[in-house]
Amino acid sequence: MKVKHIAEISIALLFARWKQTLIAAIGVTFSIALFITLLGFMEGLNGLLDSLVLNRTPHIRLFNDIRPTEIQPIEISEKYKNHYNFIKSIKPAIARNQLHNVDAILNTLEKDNRVEGVAPRTLAQAFYSLGTIELNGMVNGIDVEKEAKYYSFADYIPEGNYMDLKNVANSIILGIGAAEKMLAKIGDVIIVTTTSGDQFPLKVVAYFQTGMADYDKVQSFVNISTTQKILGKSNSYINELQIKLKDLNNAPPIALEYSKIFKVDAEDIQTANAQYSTGSDIRSLISYAVGITLLIVAGFGIYNILNMMIYEKMDTIAILKATGFAGKDVKRVFINIALSIGAFGIIAGSIVGFLLCFMIDNIPFEIAAMPTITTYPIDYGINYYIIAGVFALFTTYFAGWFPARKASMVDPVVIIRGK
Amino acid sequence: MLDKKVLEAKSIYKTFTDPVKIDVLKDVSFTLDYGEFASIIGKSGCGKSTLLYILSTMDTDYKGELFIDNQSTYKKSEKELAAIRNEKIGFVFQFHYLLNEFSVLKNIMLPGFKSNKFTEEELEKRAMNLLEDLDIKKLAHKMAHQLSGGEKQRVAIARSMINDPIIIMGDEPTGNLDNKNTDIVFEIFNELTSKYKKTLLIVTHDMSFADKTNRIITMDDGRIVS
Ligand SMILES: Nc1ncnc2c1ncn2[C@@H]1O[C@H](COP(=O)(O)OP(=O)(O)O)[C@@H](O)[C@H]1O
Ligand SMILES: [Mg+2]
Repeated sequence: MKVKHIAEISIALLFARWKQTLIAAIGVTFSIALFITLLGFMEGLNGLLDSLVLNRTPHIRLFNDIRPTEIQPIEISEKYKNHYNFIKSIKPAIARNQLHNVDAILNTLEKDNRVEGVAPRTLAQAFYSLGTIELNGMVNGIDVEKEAKYYSFADYIPEGNYMDLKNVANSIILGIGAAEKMLAKIGDVIIVTTTSGDQFPLKVVAYFQTGMADYDKVQSFVNISTTQKILGKSNSYINELQIKLKDLNNAPPIALEYSKIFKVDAEDIQTANAQYSTGSDIRSLISYAVGITLLIVAGFGIYNILNMMIYEKMDTIAILKATGFAGKDVKRVFINIALSIGAFGIIAGSIVGFLLCFMIDNIPFEIAAMPTITTYPIDYGINYYIIAGVFALFTTYFAGWFPARKASMVDPVVIIRGK
Repeated sequence: MLDKKVLEAKSIYKTFTDPVKIDVLKDVSFTLDYGEFASIIGKSGCGKSTLLYILSTMDTDYKGELFIDNQSTYKKSEKELAAIRNEKIGFVFQFHYLLNEFSVLKNIMLPGFKSNKFTEEELEKRAMNLLEDLDIKKLAHKMAHQLSGGEKQRVAIARSMINDPIIIMGDEPTGNLDNKNTDIVFEIFNELTSKYKKTLLIVTHDMSFADKTNRIITMDDGRIVS
């Protein structure tokens, strides 16, 4: 039996009850559209929130934590070797957590093809002074080009040119919170006082704004050589290497590997930001659960209409079988009807879903934290359309399968005799 | 060719157990030869319809043997039986049973879609020829539910002919028609045997109809008595 003829019979039956069929199809359309909109919006939001943190977070940080020496002198002493030594209130001896052999580490990382880039940092505790005001601050020495390349540094600069950090000597990019407090404008010179009392005049070339107020009040960025100068250290003095990997998911094992090879502390992004990805995952999970529930409900709609159709079309089914259609042919007719409703719903739903996403995408949404964001975020991923489509096909197939099986088992004799 | 058996029933027994056990058919045996126009008569409830459903392969729950076109139907699958029904048997019911969702032409062509014996163009041509023979060509593009009872029954006969079956069975096909239409239907059946050389087996309670057929099979209480 030709597909064309099965289709012809399906369509005739479908149009005989076109109102109910349409309602079932609208049910699928609606659920597909909502599935796509819900996930597009939720994942867009997730992406936004994640990027707030993850984009500027290194995948692996290499540093030396300040900690007391593990082997205390008394344990080396011959005299007390066979004693139990109780030591209380151990204090770390090294003041600065410098990273040693940076050149060797950088060499190794450069050869590692899992690594996309490395940006060094040198941190200096300091005070910002402007007139009589003194504010607590943290001066981050960075390589601004690498920061821009690997950590979207430019996204957080609402005013000023970040490249001036490199081009203008003794320049600083102030957090917007600190700048407001100090009334420091671009072009102004502020004084940075180190913990050891030395003072450095630095010119404000730009502001940065991350959206995290506490961070923006305290942090500032200078060129790495400027921090080294402030601290009175050589140009090999680096506190931290921030590594960006090609695949962030490999961070935990690679971090472990590096900490063993380089004998440093290595922290991966997953450990550092566990709460963010958990939040995203749960939001995604809820969206999928709601979306899939909608699709299943639409499946019940199809199941209902088909069941109804089969009761109404008993005579038709009986006559098809009496004139030589096998149970299998009848089953194909009804599964065809279900799949047609599903296919219509998928196509219409995808279009409506896309339009809804497009509408949301154009609603203005401005937050201080994200100068580059002007409208609600939407993830237009084709994968949501595919998931919705595949799942809807499955649901409609199963919704059609049970009524179709029932139809295929109709005994024509019972129906014909019943007249 | 003429002595070829089209249908052969060998001691068919049928029992209903619901609500009480009744033997509806008892040891029914007969053969139909090629080109015969036979009628089955008998009192209401004597098992005529039950027998016809068995002979048409729709009912498989019986004891005995059935040969259609010298082929045993024993242990054939539902699918194989459907194919036999589709290609070898034409069926006309009392209540015409056209599909209301389709036009007259499509109704006639539908069993042809299943068999793939003819192309769609051939089927359409055959259907139109049948409609012309039955004098209802002008109805071809009407919807089935727009026809009168007599017209519907003629369409049903055309449908039973579409796959060029070897036998046509009817369960009181004129039971629901007035005298004029009964005569028309009889004339058509007569033509099917004379012109198309079809074998016909028609259940009827209309004695004047039966009298005009070649052979009368009389049933009483589940048995063939003559
Ligand atoms: N499904 C059934 N269950 C039980 N008894 C049935 C069933 N169908 C028919 N019968 C009985 O079988 C007998 C024969 O019925 P049927 O073949 O329709 O008679 P006819 O067509 O000769 O009038 C009747 O007594 C009827 O009541
Ligand atoms: Mg009867």
